[in-house]
Amino acid sequence: MRGVALTALLAHWRRRPGQLATLVIGLALATALWSAVQAINAEARASYDRASGRLGQGAYETLTDPSGSIALETFVSLRRAGWLVSPVLEGRMMAGEMRLLVTGVEVLTAPPGTLAVTPGGADDIDLVALISSPGLGFAAPETIDRLDGADRLPPLRPGALVPPGQMVTDIGTAERLLDRRGEITALVVLPDQPRNRAPLSAIAPNLVVNPAQQQGDMARLTNSFHLNLTAFGLLSFAVGLFIVHGAIGLAFEQRRATCRTLRALGLPARDLMGLLLVELLVLAVIAGGIGIVLGYAIAGALLPDVAATLHGLYGARVPGTLSFDPVWAVTGLAIAVAGAVIAAGQALWRVRTMPLLASAQPRAWATVSAVLLRRQAIAGAGLIAAGCATAWMAQGLIAGFALLAGLLLGAALMLPAGLATVLALGARAARTAEGQWFWADTRQQLPGLSLALMALLLALVANIGVSTMVGSFRLTFTGWLDQRLAAELYVTVADAGESARLETWLDSRADAVLPVITVDSPIEGAPGEVMGVADHGTYRDTWPLLTARDGAWDELAAGRATLINEQLARREGLAPGDPVRLAPGWTMPVAGIYSDYGNPMNQAMVSLDLLETRYPDRPRLSFGLRTDDPEALAEALRADFGLDAAAVVDQATIKRVSLEVFERTFTVTGTLNVLTLAVAGFAILTALLTLASLRLPQLAPAWALGITRKRLARLELMRSLALAAFTFIAAVPVGLALAWSLLAVVNVEAFGWRLPMHLFPMQWLVLLVLALAAAALATALPARHLARTAPADFLKVFSNER
Amino acid sequence: MLVEAKGVRKRYSTGGDPLTVLDGVSLQLAEGETLALTGESGSGKSTLLHLLAALDTPDEGTIRLDGVQLVGLDDAGLAAQRRQTVGLVFQQFNLIPALDVRANLAFQARLAGRHDAAWQGHLAERLGLTDCLGRYPEQLSGGQQQRVAIGRALAARPRVLMADEPTGNLDEASADAVMGLMLDLVAETRAGLLMVTHSSLLAGRLSRRAHLSGGHLA
Repeated sequence: MRGVALTALLAHWRRRPGQLATLVIGLALATALWSAVQAINAEARASYDRASGRLGQGAYETLTDPSGSIALETFVSLRRAGWLVSPVLEGRMMAGEMRLLVTGVEVLTAPPGTLAVTPGGADDIDLVALISSPGLGFAAPETIDRLDGADRLPPLRPGALVPPGQMVTDIGTAERLLDRRGEITALVVLPDQPRNRAPLSAIAPNLVVNPAQQQGDMARLTNSFHLNLTAFGLLSFAVGLFIVHGAIGLAFEQRRATCRTLRALGLPARDLMGLLLVELLVLAVIAGGIGIVLGYAIAGALLPDVAATLHGLYGARVPGTLSFDPVWAVTGLAIAVAGAVIAAGQALWRVRTMPLLASAQPRAWATVSAVLLRRQAIAGAGLIAAGCATAWMAQGLIAGFALLAGLLLGAALMLPAGLATVLALGARAARTAEGQWFWADTRQQLPGLSLALMALLLALVANIGVSTMVGSFRLTFTGWLDQRLAAELYVTVADAGESARLETWLDSRADAVLPVITVDSPIEGAPGEVMGVADHGTYRDTWPLLTARDGAWDELAAGRATLINEQLARREGLAPGDPVRLAPGWTMPVAGIYSDYGNPMNQAMVSLDLLETRYPDRPRLSFGLRTDDPEALAEALRADFGLDAAAVVDQATIKRVSLEVFERTFTVTGTLNVLTLAVAGFAILTALLTLASLRLPQLAPAWALGITRKRLARLELMRSLALAAFTFIAAVPVGLALAWSLLAVVNVEAFGWRLPMHLFPMQWLVLLVLALAAAALATALPARHLARTAPADFLKVFSNER
Repeated sequence: MLVEAKGVRKRYSTGGDPLTVLDGVSLQLAEGETLALTGESGSGKSTLLHLLAALDTPDEGTIRLDGVQLVGLDDAGLAAQRRQTVGLVFQQFNLIPALDVRANLAFQARLAGRHDAAWQGHLAERLGLTDCLGRYPEQLSGGQQQRVAIGRALAARPRVLMADEPTGNLDEASADAVMGLMLDLVAETRAGLLMVTHSSLLAGRLSRRAHLSGGHLA
């Protein structure tokens, strides 16, 4: 019995393959975009885990010297005093064209998992080869490929757990490669230390203990970025579900007659529900499977840009290739099934509660009362109010996203009521009979199209909001680069000797030489860097200060105060005048705050003299040069002084590269934006196609009264364009509100900086054209079909009305 | 007795006072008997047919269908009675639009687990449907659709055929032809027939007539 009934239900899809395709494609797209974002996030997080796993950093404390490297004697003293510590030397070297991070560990004393370069751990490693000359290096397979042909390196072995751009090796090999013999950058503290060991303060008071959790910094720093991506994935998923909801709703409504007949012929209601659920689950699994394949392809295509974004924004290294994770695939399927059940919930409930003797005409789907529209609008207003209230009362990224969710969902729910009002006004203003019919008929179509229009609204709002945010960012960033990169040339040298020679050489050749020293330091306990700058008009005139107290530059030059970046100020709630801890035992008052876009870390700026006094062993390796003729000076630096071509960079090149990084940073959001808009366009197409089957009885009287089929088709096209245009008008203020919340709430939480908002009306115009084009394209097929409808089909409506 | 209703009452809530559609109706239908149920519009004919066909339940009274008391049965029990005992023919045909004529004809018989290909073939021939077995309902005329509906109802060899204005949507000639076929096939299957109709002419072709007025049988 159930098999026969299921055949009857499934026959609906056989007769309407387009509708089946709509449902499957809608759900597949929703699953694909969501799964793609999840795959990207999972890959990036796995990469952070690999990064933090390389020194067992998730599990062990480390000791570091804020002033630089740890002396070999300190290590020996600690070992003699009973401290179980293992030395690590870390530094960067040029290998071929790659700047390689070399991490050297002492294999014999390192704690378990420290050298976990392969999933099997240290057991798989040939220790003798590792510690004897020429040693062994472990690197990610893609890193090994890039290092092909590089000299000075030991034989390389693939290490699946080593992050890209890094090589793990024995500390002796690292000393040789980095030319830093006897140096130690960190000491890993082993577990189970002897109780009677001497306190650290007695043996090495200059060392600081870095707690184990501090090492997960990359995951912490990038968390907000991934949350942003997840939010976008969720938005795309929601837009996709609008399609599924529409397709399933219509399919169920069209099968009301079949359902009623099935029950009348003896199929119990429970069995009918069960069969519909089984059908839904099968479709969800098929669509979910397609979605996972699509999602994997999308993630694979987007990952290189995401990797560039993460590197540009946070310095995080993520491989550009995707690995397949079965858990991810199963989760994607579960999401598809859950989405389908959510989308079909209302339709299933209607079938469940449909009286056996109810009308079987598929009209309920396309009709909705004014009361319902009003209730929906009130619920929308309530959601917006709740989102605003949450943002006002709570803090943090969650509050920001609550505001966004309230805004988006609320606006979507309010849209049909708003459109109904506009259409009613249009009907009132219409002068001709055709005009009155057009507006009234459009209003009649509204319930059937409202879901698709809500999806379009969401896509347009996201587009306006994100493009305004990115545009504002771009404008601010460009201006900021002009301020920040005031020197005409930037030069780096290899060592202290070359640095001294350069300063002498430049004495008569440059207008000003501005040395910069940077020291890694835990500022307020978080990863950061302290930068020493010379006292020069270049900084005083151009440095992008957001706020500062009077005489800030004088205080800085005198070594009495520091300037800090916006990220640090916001994270720690610092304002000019507040004290800030630049390193253990080193606190200075804040003289001012400067913008520092694109830097994930805390940063502070102090006088060059002061920093050199505190860190005497740090050579001046970076210089900004002021000159009237940067090209000639750059050429002379390369030809006469003998610097590598890569060591001399002009201002224009840095700006170009920075802007390239910036553009790549937002490639992902741009792509997701376009995909979401495409999904919304598809939603309109499917809604129109499915409505087309219900349209004939509505259009037949107009045709009978003298409106030609071609005219009817043109009116259909105009109807879609009008609805898309009205939806766009509604989307502009909501999109701007979204942009404001992204700039003022989410970005501040996610990246640590706030940007001024700029408006880009030309972008809106382009988007309006795109929205109209999407609507026109979506209407083209149903309109063409209508223009070609045979008169006999119209007549059937009158002769065979049932 | 094939169908036996006693003291059946049915009220509908119309927003104000409840409207009593059937007020203590009692009715019997014997095996092989054909009964026309007539009455004015709104007299409750269709309501009574729905109750007797286990599509609805009365507020008061009892209904026995082929010996089974319908009052008190749950949804699954009522569905089983419809499936196994009743053949239904609606005024608006209610064919399954996604299935072709062949599948529609076989549908209820397969649902009831009594599909008989030879009998179905015989029915299709008698009903003049052999040339359109591969067509879909939307491709048929009203008369053809109603013949498919009759064929579907009889394909399961029901104990009783219940028809609600089965020719209401057809022209006079088609109605006459469909009626003749239905009566012939009912006689052939020895099923009982309960038919709601407005037409005195059609009612006159059945063995007995019951007139419903003001919620009572005359």
